[in-house]
Amino acid sequence: MLSIDNLHAGCEGKTILQGINLDVKPGEVHAIMGPNGSGKSTLSTVIAGHEEYDISQGSILFDGEEISELSADERAHKGIFLSFQYPVEIPGVTVTNFIKTAINQTRKVQGLDEMPANKMLKKIREKAALLEIDSRFLSRSLNEGFSGGEKKRNEIFQMAMLEPKLAILDETDSGLDIDALRIVANGVNKLRGKDRAIVVITHYQRLLEHIVPDFVHVLHEGRIVKSGTKELALELEEKGYDWIKQGA
Amino acid sequence: MDLKETLLSSYLAFDAQDGPQRKLQDQRAEAIEVFEQQGFPTKKLEDWKYTTLRSLTNDEYVVFPKTEVSLKLEDVKQYILQDVDTYKIVFVDGVYNAYLSETTHEGADICLLSAALTKPKYAPVIKKYFNQIADKDASLTALNTAFTKEGAYIYVPEGKVVEKPVQIIHFATDKNPKLLLQPRNLIVVGKNAEVQVVERHQSLSTGATFTNVVTEIFTEQNAQLDYYKIQNDQAAASLIDSTYIAQQKHSHAKVHTFSFGGKLIRNNLNFYHKDAEINSTMKGITLIEGSQFVDHHTLVHHAHPNSESHQDYKGIYAAKATGVFNGKIIVEKEAQKTNAFQQNNNILMDDKASINTKPQLEIFADDVKCSHGCTIGQLDENALFYMQARGIPKKEARGLLTYAFANNILQSVHIDSVKKRINKLIADKLGVNIGFDV
Repeated sequence: MLSIDNLHAGCEGKTILQGINLDVKPGEVHAIMGPNGSGKSTLSTVIAGHEEYDISQGSILFDGEEISELSADERAHKGIFLSFQYPVEIPGVTVTNFIKTAINQTRKVQGLDEMPANKMLKKIREKAALLEIDSRFLSRSLNEGFSGGEKKRNEIFQMAMLEPKLAILDETDSGLDIDALRIVANGVNKLRGKDRAIVVITHYQRLLEHIVPDFVHVLHEGRIVKSGTKELALELEEKGYDWIKQGA
Repeated sequence: MDLKETLLSSYLAFDAQDGPQRKLQDQRAEAIEVFEQQGFPTKKLEDWKYTTLRSLTNDEYVVFPKTEVSLKLEDVKQYILQDVDTYKIVFVDGVYNAYLSETTHEGADICLLSAALTKPKYAPVIKKYFNQIADKDASLTALNTAFTKEGAYIYVPEGKVVEKPVQIIHFATDKNPKLLLQPRNLIVVGKNAEVQVVERHQSLSTGATFTNVVTEIFTEQNAQLDYYKIQNDQAAASLIDSTYIAQQKHSHAKVHTFSFGGKLIRNNLNFYHKDAEINSTMKGITLIEGSQFVDHHTLVHHAHPNSESHQDYKGIYAAKATGVFNGKIIVEKEAQKTNAFQQNNNILMDDKASINTKPQLEIFADDVKCSHGCTIGQLDENALFYMQARGIPKKEARGLLTYAFANNILQSVHIDSVKKRINKLIADKLGVNIGFDV
C-alpha cells in the first residue's frame, strides 16, 4: 500500500530524512520509534504532503502511484490520514461542520453527491460513541480550548469518520492520561482491518501496549536503523535509545 | 468646474425651486455656508488622513436627476429581501418609487421625509429632531443638509414594536448617469418602542455614482434599534455614510455594517449618550478585493454613568484593497462605570492589501473599563495544512478559515433573512460553498 524508497526530504534547505525505506501492506500496523529529533514527525508530515517540505531524492508510492507531487488534500482524497501531534484550533467552525465539510469535499472529488444529512448524523453519532465523545462536544469550535485528551480523541473520531486506507498517528499518546489513552487506543483498534494500514509514530512504548504493532522500526538521524517485531519496542524500552545511537 | 463649484451653483437653483426643502430654508442656508467654507475634506484633516476623495471631487457629477425612471420588480428583486415580510421605502435615482415600496401609517409612520416635511401634522417631530444630532460642522453632513429634500422617515411612537423590518433601498440607474445622491433619513424610536431597519444603496449599472447619505436616529428611553447596512455595490459606486444616533436612558442601539463592495466607502458612525445606562453596539464585516477602499470611523460619546459600548469589526482585504478603521471612544468625566469594548481584527490575503487601524480613546473618568485590541495577520498556514490533510482543498480551506474568522459577527444578526443573505454573499465572495448554515 505504502512504499517509501530511499526518501531524502527536509525543509528550509536542511535535509532531515536521509534515505528512508519503508513498506507497509494492507492490514499491517507499523510502529516508528525514535529519539527526539530523529525525523519521526518530518516523516509523517512529508507523507501527508506539507508544501514546505521538499523531497530531494527517492519516492513515495501509494497503491503503486507516485504521490510526492500531490497536494495534501489530493493525498487525503486517496485515503491517507494524518492524526496531528498538535491539532490546530479553528475558532468559528464546529467539530460537526468541519467533519461534514471534509467528508463532502472528498465525496465531491470522487464524483459523489453530498452525504444525506440523516446519514451523516447517524454516522457522527456512531463514531462519537466509539470515542466516548459527548454530543455537546460536537457543537464546539474545532479544538478550541480542548484538553490534550479531547484533541486526540477528536483526531481519532475524524479518522473513524473519514475511513482512510492508511492512517498515520503522530505522537497520538502525547498529552494523554491513562483513561484517555485507553479510549483512544480502543478507538484505533476498532478501526483496524484487513484493508487498512496504520503507522504509529511514538517516542514511548506505552501506546504499543494498547495498539500492538506487527512491525517496529527505529528511526535515528533520518534513517531507519533497525526493524523488527513488537519485541523490539520492549527491548528499546529496557535499553533506551542510547543503545541504538551507539550501534549506529 | 470642480464638484464643489458645481454644488454651490446647483444650490442656488435648488433653493429657488418649490418643494419640501422650502421648510428648511434657514437650516439649509446655514449648512451651505459651512460647506462653502470647508469644501470637501482633505487628507490634511486628522479624520481624513488615510482617505482621499480626490477621485470623486475632481470628477463631474450631476446633482439633479434628469429623467424619472420606472423599474420592474424583476430587475431589482435580487437586492430586496424577499423571504421575509417587510416595509419598504424605495428610491430610484433619488426619487421615491411607490410601486416598489410598502409604507404605512398604522401604528407607526414609515414613509417619506418629503411628506413629513410638508404635512403640518409632522411639524412638531421635524422641529424636535431634524438636524438636531447631525454634526453641523462636518462639511459632508452640512452638504447633505443643504440639499435635503428626500429620504426615509420612520417614527415609532411610544410602546410600539414594529413587527416587520423596514427596508430602505436606494437604487441608481444608468438613465441618470454620474448622479450625486444625497438622501436624508430621519428615524425616531419612541419610549419602549422597537424597530429593525435594513439599509442598502445599490447601483444597477457599472457607471459611477456617488452617494452622500446622512441618517439621524433617536432612541428614546428604553427603545431598541436594530440596524443593518448592506454595502455591496458596483465597483464604480462610492458611498459616504454619516449616521448619528442620539440615545436616551436604557436604550440599546445596534448597527451592523457589511461592506463587501464599492469603489470607496466611508462610514461615519456616531453614538451620542444623552443619559445613563445606555447600550451601544456596532459590528461589521469588511470583505473587499481589487482596488476597493472601505473606511470605518466610529465614535461613541459616553457622557453619563453606567453605560456600555461594544465594537467588533472584522476586515478581510484581498489584492490591492485598502481598509481604514478608526474607533474613537470618548468617556467624559461624569461617565463613571463606563464599560467600553473595542476590537478590530484584520486579515490581509495578499501582499499589496493594506489596513490602517487605530483605536482612539479619550478617557476623562477614573472608574471605567475600556479595552481595545487590534490585530493584522494572514491566514494560519498550519491551519490550512491541517484542513488540506483532512481533504479540504486549499481554496475551500482558505474560504472556510476566512469565513470562520468573520462569522461571529453574524451571531448577533437577528433577521434570519439578512443572516442568510450575508452568509451567501460571503461565500460567493470567497468563491466557496460553505456547505452549512450558521
